[in-house]
Amino acid sequence: MEGTMVQKAAEQAEYPLFIPFIMAGDPDPETTIDLALKLEEAGAHILELGIPYSDPLADGPLLQRSASRALQNEMSLRRAVELIPFMRQRGLTIPVIAFTYYNPVLQMGEKYFFDQLKENGGDGVLIPDLPYEESRDIHNMAAARGLVNITLVAPTSGGRIEKLAGEAEGFLYCVSSLGVTGTRDSFPPEAYSFIEKVKKNSSVPVAAGFGISTPAQVKSLDGVCDGVIVGSAIMKKVEENLERFKNPEEKSNALDAVKSFVSSLISS
Amino acid sequence: MKTMYPDEKGRYGNFGGKFVPETLMYALEELEEALDEAVQDQAFVDEYHQTLREYAGRPTALTYAERITHYLGGASVYLKREDLLHTGAHKLNNAIGQALLARRMGKKKIVAETGAGQHGVATATVCAAMGLECKVFMGEEDTRRQELNVFRMELLGAEVVPVHSGSKTLKDATNDAIRYWVANVEDTFYLIGSVVGPHPYPRMVRDFQRVIGDETREQTVQKTGSLPDAVFACVGGGSNAIGMFHPFLNDDVKLYGAEAAGEGMHTDNHAATINKGTKGVIHGSLTYLIQDENGQIIEPYSISAGLDYPGIGPEHAHLAESGRVTYEGVTDKEALDALTLLTKKEGILPAVESAHALHLAFQEAEKMSKEQTIVICLSGRGDKDVHSIKKFMEKEEQ
Repeated sequence: MEGTMVQKAAEQAEYPLFIPFIMAGDPDPETTIDLALKLEEAGAHILELGIPYSDPLADGPLLQRSASRALQNEMSLRRAVELIPFMRQRGLTIPVIAFTYYNPVLQMGEKYFFDQLKENGGDGVLIPDLPYEESRDIHNMAAARGLVNITLVAPTSGGRIEKLAGEAEGFLYCVSSLGVTGTRDSFPPEAYSFIEKVKKNSSVPVAAGFGISTPAQVKSLDGVCDGVIVGSAIMKKVEENLERFKNPEEKSNALDAVKSFVSSLISS
Repeated sequence: MKTMYPDEKGRYGNFGGKFVPETLMYALEELEEALDEAVQDQAFVDEYHQTLREYAGRPTALTYAERITHYLGGASVYLKREDLLHTGAHKLNNAIGQALLARRMGKKKIVAETGAGQHGVATATVCAAMGLECKVFMGEEDTRRQELNVFRMELLGAEVVPVHSGSKTLKDATNDAIRYWVANVEDTFYLIGSVVGPHPYPRMVRDFQRVIGDETREQTVQKTGSLPDAVFACVGGGSNAIGMFHPFLNDDVKLYGAEAAGEGMHTDNHAATINKGTKGVIHGSLTYLIQDENGQIIEPYSISAGLDYPGIGPEHAHLAESGRVTYEGVTDKEALDALTLLTKKEGILPAVESAHALHLAFQEAEKMSKEQTIVICLSGRGDKDVHSIKKFMEKEEQ
């Protein structure tokens, strides 16, 4: 069987995997499309397209604020999926993974959601509040359409690591430290040994996420795992540039500011 | 048919489960294991009941409401007096059970959420009594509305953390309590206040609250010679109701839950989760909830802070779907009328939450015969509500 797009992208990367997260609809839907393209230009391998949710349990204050802004712009799961064809039209080639809480998927209808995701050129899904035990149906629905369901493993997974890693497709999302999303000044030393342990158990590339925000942190993970996922730090750049994004004369500078930040992470 | 819910996945029919980030799965497994072990241990069970008896003041009375019964002219009305429990509401039953379990698990730090402050006060109380560290998350909006309860918790030695996220009320306090728990899961016990949240919470809280129904059963038989014909309770998350209903599920006893209809079921301002909600996931559990067509959760409304929760315990969702329990909406006004009636006729000021159950019960009692008996769970006392009752009545008069 032919591998999924995500699997190919993850396995064929020429340098450590870089997987950015952006929140659909923040600062506005049009800019989300621009940002996706800038991220590919900067060298991203896979894009996580975040879906704003009213009650994002796994997110820290920064992504909560980002989601609130996106919801004010009337962003929804359906609309976010419908942004993907516009990204493709403008030349986006990297795989797109919808990062969404479970409830919006339930409301849209699980099968309908996957049909739409496939039809609109999406490549997979990541549902942070759907643990292994509850994700069998989702897993099968994704697989039936050649899409991936990204598995997360956490520092508290303990005896679950083997089961989770065995299940993983595309890449395995390794939650580097306890807590919610958001930038952290440093990782606890045990994070590295944990990631190494996950790596040993995984047959797919392992990418570390949660709290990664500086070139130094990215560098420190080189050789420990296969790549990094960065979300809050990117949306922080977006937040810092909100005014510039609104101003047509400043917008391209704001996009470049995000791009150059991402480039600095990738080149480290 | 015996009810053996939840199943091993924590499902009550089509509801329940564990919809939480992977980080918490280990903590839930650890909790379930510790809980199963504790309830098998007679020493733990004895300590729980001893604490209920000697510290909380159980059993609570079953009061015959004679003047109300005559006034309504139908079934005999009995009140299960959880308002007489220490701290003034049923919440303490559960807080005691969970705090004892936390101590047994060696966890010295407790985190909890609270809306109006009743569960926060109950938790702060047991933590003071057991020497546990206590942190209570409370929506910023609620800390303003319930300033005295904030002070009360602080007096008890708890740290109250105002929550600025989302709509700054109970659902957001719950989100932040869970977020805090995710970050501190290794040494912290999350003491949830209702039969909501991921498995095994709904089952655990139910089992710590079923003492209400167990006592009611025994007391009713003692006083009347038989089981009641109907039992009533208010439902927010649904912990007093499930505790009351559970021992009667397999009997020929009609069960009624009163949801908050706020300004009316036909308006947008209600918290009638079962009657007006749709299936979805909130705080780790698949249940009914109040949400928009995109799956974004909507802030509910009720005069009663204890009932304005956008979800409902998954077991209630199941009992509604199976038809075993009838859930009906009761408006702010109907609840306050029932509250006034009980206060004037019996000299008992109920919590606004409990007054929702009173309205539904009075309505049914009138239609029933004099030989029949009903019991209403008076889940809490109304002292905390005097200010909002006064405000509501002044507004009504205008």
